[in-house]
Amino acid sequence: MANVKIGDKAIDFTLIGTDGLKHSLTDYRNKFTVVVFSCNHCPYVRAWEGRMVTIQAAYADRGVQLIAVNSNDATQYPEDNFENMKLRAREKQFNFPYLRDEDQKVAESYGAQRTPEVFVFDRNSILRYHGAIDDNYDDPLAVKRHHLRDALDALSGGTKLLRPETQTVGCTIKWKNN
Amino acid sequence: MSLRGRLATGKRRIAFLYWDGCQSHEEALRRLRKVLAEERTDAEIETILVQSEDEAKRLQFAGSPTIRIDGKDIQPPTTAHYSLSCRAYHLEDGRISPLPSECMIRTALKSES
Repeated sequence: MANVKIGDKAIDFTLIGTDGLKHSLTDYRNKFTVVVFSCNHCPYVRAWEGRMVTIQAAYADRGVQLIAVNSNDATQYPEDNFENMKLRAREKQFNFPYLRDEDQKVAESYGAQRTPEVFVFDRNSILRYHGAIDDNYDDPLAVKRHHLRDALDALSGGTKLLRPETQTVGCTIKWKNN
Repeated sequence: MSLRGRLATGKRRIAFLYWDGCQSHEEALRRLRKVLAEERTDAEIETILVQSEDEAKRLQFAGSPTIRIDGKDIQPPTTAHYSLSCRAYHLEDGRISPLPSECMIRTALKSES
């Protein structure tokens, strides 16, 4: 269960990105911010990450900014270390910041459980959507419900968001004390 | 029960190893059963719930779900990293998925027969 609930204010953070820069959530104030807890090793993320790039490209001009955060323990899962994150960001041509949550405090404060897990905040930093990107990790052509796109369409269009929460599907976040 | 080789009865021996922290195992098992039915394969499926890191290492569990037909992994892992994690399958079209495709299961079944 996430700690940040629908209607709650975003918890600010500052993390280093694969671009070598520090990124704070407040850097993106006045945007629709999509915080995605993500990683390198998880096959669900790998199935969805192309769709993350596509969504960022499609919604950028509507004021949407996606931010991916990798909180996994890189000791147990070396594929998730910072160097490998840089490689992944380059290889997949990420068009959004990919940030390292080394001490896992951001994931902990948000109560994130899985990768990918999406939190969408409106221009006032209020949580409006939490859950999955869509309803089919296995086949992008078989998606029936485009949860994240629907949320962004509603928010950017000023209409009611019909499904503010969906079940998160993915790998568990790899905590350091496990 | 050994995870290797065919059964003495001639039935295919299929080990389905999974970890319940990964949500794709039910669909993977459904696909496996569907392919076995379509191929009219006489097989015995042993489902094995992997519950600890020690168990994952002992069983050489490369992630959930793992399917072995007569002891052979349907997509042999390229690294020896055994842990409670989700398995990444490389699909025929180049995509990565937490699920093996029916085609992959069918090919493995036929290559071992």
